[in-house]
Amino acid sequence: MVRRIKPYQLWQLIVATAKELLREPGVIFWGIVFPVLMALGLGLAFTKKPLTIRKIAVIAPENTDSSSVKPLPFHEFLEKYGKKNPGQSVGDYNWRVDIKDDKLGNYEFLFYEMDRNSAVMLLKRGTVSIIIDDTTGETEYHFDPLNSDAHLSYLKISGLANADRGMAVTSYQSEGIVRPLEISGTRYIDFLIPGLITMGVMMSCMWGISYTIIEKRSKKLLRRMVATPMRKSHFLLALITVRVALNFIESLVLFLFAFLVFGVRIQGSLPALVVIFLAGNIAFAGIAVFVSSHTSNTEVGNGLINFVVMPMMVLSGIFFSYHNFPEWSLPVIQKLPLTMLTDSVRSIFNEGAGFSFIAMPALILVATGAIFFAAGLKIFKWY
Amino acid sequence: MAQVTAENVIEVIDVWKSFKSVQAVRGVSMSVPRGKFIALVGPNGAGKTTLVEMIENIRRPDSGEIKILGKKWKGNEDELRRAIGLSLQQTYFIDKLTVYETLRLFASFFDLGKERVEEVITLTGLGEKRKSYVVNLSGGQRQRLALGIALINRPAVLLLDEPTTGLDPNARYEIWNILKSYRTTSEASMILTTHYMEEAETLCDYIILMDQGKILREGTLQQLLEDDTGEKIIEFTVEKGSIPPDINKPGLPFNITLDPDGQKAWVSLKDFDEQMPLFLNYIKSEGLSIKHLECRKKTLDDLFISLTGRRIDG
Repeated sequence: MVRRIKPYQLWQLIVATAKELLREPGVIFWGIVFPVLMALGLGLAFTKKPLTIRKIAVIAPENTDSSSVKPLPFHEFLEKYGKKNPGQSVGDYNWRVDIKDDKLGNYEFLFYEMDRNSAVMLLKRGTVSIIIDDTTGETEYHFDPLNSDAHLSYLKISGLANADRGMAVTSYQSEGIVRPLEISGTRYIDFLIPGLITMGVMMSCMWGISYTIIEKRSKKLLRRMVATPMRKSHFLLALITVRVALNFIESLVLFLFAFLVFGVRIQGSLPALVVIFLAGNIAFAGIAVFVSSHTSNTEVGNGLINFVVMPMMVLSGIFFSYHNFPEWSLPVIQKLPLTMLTDSVRSIFNEGAGFSFIAMPALILVATGAIFFAAGLKIFKWY
Repeated sequence: MAQVTAENVIEVIDVWKSFKSVQAVRGVSMSVPRGKFIALVGPNGAGKTTLVEMIENIRRPDSGEIKILGKKWKGNEDELRRAIGLSLQQTYFIDKLTVYETLRLFASFFDLGKERVEEVITLTGLGEKRKSYVVNLSGGQRQRLALGIALINRPAVLLLDEPTTGLDPNARYEIWNILKSYRTTSEASMILTTHYMEEAETLCDYIILMDQGKILREGTLQQLLEDDTGEKIIEFTVEKGSIPPDINKPGLPFNITLDPDGQKAWVSLKDFDEQMPLFLNYIKSEGLSIKHLECRKKTLDDLFISLTGRRIDG
């Protein structure tokens, strides 16, 4: 049954909902300040490469009194290129090797000489990632090849040790010509900002709409309201309108921050961005109404919201690309609403995409929202 | 069933309702004539709230019929919602809205504007609190706001579920005064649930005593209490544990009711002049030493005890 909208009633509901929201100081912090801080933290963490320090165990030769021992190639390398630690108290490193590299980041390798048992124990604890054993006369590297960090350290150290070109270690250069990515749209921050925006939309809808409904139901306010001639649809419409407006402001602030601080730009169509943004909001608002349609227990509500939000947070490629997940899972991941929204927004931001690219995802998102909204209303418990 | 000749604003006919294994309302019939205030009195679990919620159409009866202003809920929801004002047993309003904003919001549901909000603020005496957030109101002020919301549409039918439960006597009198004042300016009918006898006696023309989903007795206060002319209640206190459990011997012309703590007891004397000496002799013969004794008129509480053996608020 389609009934005429009552503008006065709807407006009063919107005003009341907006006031309720904006009078909670936490809303401003968690909705607007927190995403900006997160962008700042992650942006800085992944745009400036800090000094990387890695600890490595070196097996001490067993017989030091005999002159007939085999040569120790790695010890020789350390004596030659490493800086000996002058302090030498227990637990201190024995040698230090610095690698200065403006493009790939500076490394500092700390070598600890110890017996085999202690070395294995430290490897198990994760204190060291590689054990180097040259007591047989050959340099052997013991590490887990699946640990990419250990693997990288191995490549750097073995590269140095094998080079033996007589040049100063401090002027070590990477082989080939390395060009760090600086083109707009290829940096991590360019990847991250669209993800933070879409994640914000999902979180804000799911917690903002679902939780508000469940809380109002548990406090019997829904029951009190529908005992008047209030249009039920107007109540939900007001809740969604205010939430979408807040999402818009949140996203705008986050984008402006990223634009000013990191130079993040929208390379594609702005109207297309608005359309897909609204479609995403509709999808998550619909899901939020569905999730909150029945329960009046806020604990159950928490669980339900997390059940929806958590898998998408992990799988939809917000912080890191989902292409690292197994091949078979990708078709499923790509159909998640958050993935669809994020991929679309990201392609507009970074690839210059327009309507043709986002038309289908936008349609699917709107349909998703509509279906969940309708199903939610069907089973909605007002009291 | 209420003997009513005037036009009935609310009619409840043989209504039943159960929740899982609990029969909450068992075949209740009642009616509320125009302009009358009716109290539903009974202990917790008597079925008062369920009955009122069915009248409010928040719950559907399993069987039976409910009509308001001569109409059933089905097909007339919008019209009936406009005619009804209600307050639930417990409602939290939006914490960070002011009193004025809350009333304004509810007024908008009835297409009413600022003028009505101002009238209700005056009626409920919340003028000084108009700019206070709901969260900062006292219990009594919050209840006055709830009542203000119930009255905002100038309802012809008021349904109030325990509007003063948990309030101190002052706050309770304020609520009563608002209701009395509303009554002088309208022809409203009301159903009020309560377990405060005084509230039922002060506000209502007609009282329905409920217990275990059924109507026990109904009538005006006078009718309920004067069934037995001249009946008086003797309330007395003795040493703890000194009254034997078999105090009511067969053949006695009165029945002694013991308080659960074993110290206080009541006895209802239908013919005071004749039975009082018998009672005193009996006490003496049982060897009870009375610490305190008072004689008073019968109340609804006494009636309830005599009908069920339990107290209304116990």
